[in-house]
Amino acid sequence: MDHDYQKDISGCGLTGLISRKRQRKSGGDIVKSLCLMNDRGNGLGAGYAAYGIYPEFKDFYAFHIMYDDPSVRWTAEEYLRNNYHIEKIEEIPTFPVKAIPISPLLVRYFMRPLKDKMVGDVQEEDFVVNSVMKVNSEIEGAYIFSSGKNMGAFKGVGNPCDIAEFFRIEEYEGYIWTAHTRFPTNTPGWWGGAHPFTLLDWSIVHNGEISSYGINKRYLEMYGYRLTLLTDTEVAAYLLDLLIRRHGLDIPTACAALAAPFWKKIDAMDPEEREALTALRLTYGSALLNGPFSILFGHSKGLVGINDRIKLRPLVAASKDDMVYMASEESAIRAICPSPEKVWAPRAGDPVIVELED
Amino acid sequence: MLEIDAKGAYYRDLNRQVREAVARGEKEIRLKNVNGQYYIGDGLRGASVITIEGVPGNDLAAFMDGPTLRVKGNAQDNIANTMNSGKVIIEGNAGDVLGYGMRGGKLHIRGSVGYRVGIHMKGMKKQAPTIIVGGCAGDFFGEYMAGGVLILLGLDDRDGAPLVGDYLGTGMHGGVIYVRGEVDKDICGAEVGVMDPDDEDRKVLMESLTEYCKDFGLELEEVMKKGFKKLVPVSSRPYGNLYAY
Repeated sequence: MDHDYQKDISGCGLTGLISRKRQRKSGGDIVKSLCLMNDRGNGLGAGYAAYGIYPEFKDFYAFHIMYDDPSVRWTAEEYLRNNYHIEKIEEIPTFPVKAIPISPLLVRYFMRPLKDKMVGDVQEEDFVVNSVMKVNSEIEGAYIFSSGKNMGAFKGVGNPCDIAEFFRIEEYEGYIWTAHTRFPTNTPGWWGGAHPFTLLDWSIVHNGEISSYGINKRYLEMYGYRLTLLTDTEVAAYLLDLLIRRHGLDIPTACAALAAPFWKKIDAMDPEEREALTALRLTYGSALLNGPFSILFGHSKGLVGINDRIKLRPLVAASKDDMVYMASEESAIRAICPSPEKVWAPRAGDPVIVELED
Repeated sequence: MLEIDAKGAYYRDLNRQVREAVARGEKEIRLKNVNGQYYIGDGLRGASVITIEGVPGNDLAAFMDGPTLRVKGNAQDNIANTMNSGKVIIEGNAGDVLGYGMRGGKLHIRGSVGYRVGIHMKGMKKQAPTIIVGGCAGDFFGEYMAGGVLILLGLDDRDGAPLVGDYLGTGMHGGVIYVRGEVDKDICGAEVGVMDPDDEDRKVLMESLTEYCKDFGLELEEVMKKGFKKLVPVSSRPYGNLYAY
C-alpha cells in the first residue's frame, strides 16, 4: 500500500491495566473490560497488547507478522533468515470465529539479529526498527505488527469479543494489558489499521484523531521511520521510540513534548521551568500531537495514560492494591474491579505514569 | 416500587423495561447493579423517581422531561444533554460535558466534575436550568453559556487541585455562574465580568442551595458561610468585530 496516504481520523474506546508487582493476569479481565465498551467501536477493528506473555522466549524479539497472501510469507522469511537467528516459527494460535470469516495469515517468530549483519555502530534495537520499516514498506502484503521482547499485539477487524476469541486472548498471561475497540471514520478498517500500534516494546492504543499527523509524519520520516499503516495513531508509537529510546528523554519529558502545555501556562511558570519547557517546545514542535486524544502506551517497564491538552477525549483511572486501571469509561474499570480504592479523572495533558516494581 | 436488576443487561433491554414501567404509571423504580448502560432516562417524561445503583453509562438523562434520577455513586460523561425538566441527583463525581445545551430542570452533583460542564446551557425567563457542583470543576466551566444558573461550591478538600480550571466562562453570553470562593480573572474568558452577588443573587443562591442541601443532607448554613463571586457576560457581542477587519 501507498505509505504517502494522508487521511487520518479515528475514534474509539480503550482500556488498560497493570500489576505493579508483575503478577501475570489472564487476558480474561481485559477482554471483559473492553467488551463492556463494545458500542464505542463499530466492529471494524479491535486489539490487545500484553507484556510478560512469552517468558520462555523473553530474550528474543517476538515478531507478529500478518500476510495478505501466503506466498508473501516466503519473501519475508527469506529476508528474516538472512538477518536473524530464528529460534522458533509458529502460526499464531487462533480459534475459528463465525464473525471473522477471513483473516490474513498470522505467523510469529522469536528471533535475534545476526551479529555480523549489524554493521558499524548500529544498535540491536535500531536494527530491529529498520527491519520493521523495511518489511512493512517494501514487501507488499506483509506487515510486522508486533516486534518487542516478551510482549505481543493481537489485532484485527472485528468486535472486541470476537477478536479476543479468535486470538484466544484469555490463554495469555501478562502483567500489563492494553486493549482497544475501533470506530474508524475515514481511514480503512483493515487488519493492520486496528490498534494497538507497536514498535519494539512500545504499544499504543488511542481514542481520538491526531490532526498534526502530517507534520508528525514528515518529522518521523527524517529519522528513517516509514508510515505504512494508514492511520494517525502510528505516529504516536514511533514518536515515543524516537523521543524516549533514541533521544533519551524520560517519560514525563516525552509526554510534555507530545502534549506540551500552552504558552499561556509556560509563561506563568518559574523561570527555570519556563526555560526548560520553552526549549522543549521549540525543539520538539514537530512532535507535538495536536487534536483530540486519549492514549495509553505500554512499554517494558510500565503503563502511561495521557490526554490531549484540553481533554477532548475521556480517560478515567483507578487503583486497587498493586493494580492500576485506565479506561475511556469508569464502568469498564468497574467491570473487572468493582470496588477500586481510588477513582480519578486525570487532568488534561497530565500523564498518569505507572511503573513496574523491579 | 419496582426493582430491576441491571446486571449484565444490554442498555436497550434495560431502557425498554424502564420506559414500559414508566408508561404503566410506575412512580418509583430502583435499578440495581447498573454498570455502563448508556442512555438511562433519555427522553423520559412523567414524574417517576428512578434510583440508580452503580455507575450509569454515558448520555444519562438526555432530553429528559420530568422524572427524577438519583445516582447512588459516580456517573460518566454527557449527562443531561438538552434536558428540558426534571432532576438528576448524583451522589458521587461525574465526568465531562454535563448539561450540554440544557434548557431546564436541575442537575445536582455532590462530588467533582470534569471538563466543559454547562456548555451551551440556555434559558429564557422561567424556563431555565440549574447545575450545582459540590466539589471542583475542570476547564471550560460554563463555556458558551447562554442562560441558566451554574453554581460551584468547592466543599471538599481538593488535595491541591484548583477549585475550577482554566477558560472559565469562555464564550459566555448569557446566564450566571456563582463560585463559592475567589476567582482569578486570568482564568476567565474575555467576555466575563467578576463581581459580588447582590440581594437578588443571594435570593437565587438561597433558593437553589436549600434544595441542593436537602438532596444531600448538608447544612445550608455551612455552605453559605463562605462568600460567593458572580460571573456574568459583560459584553453582549464580544466577537461582533471578529470578521469586520
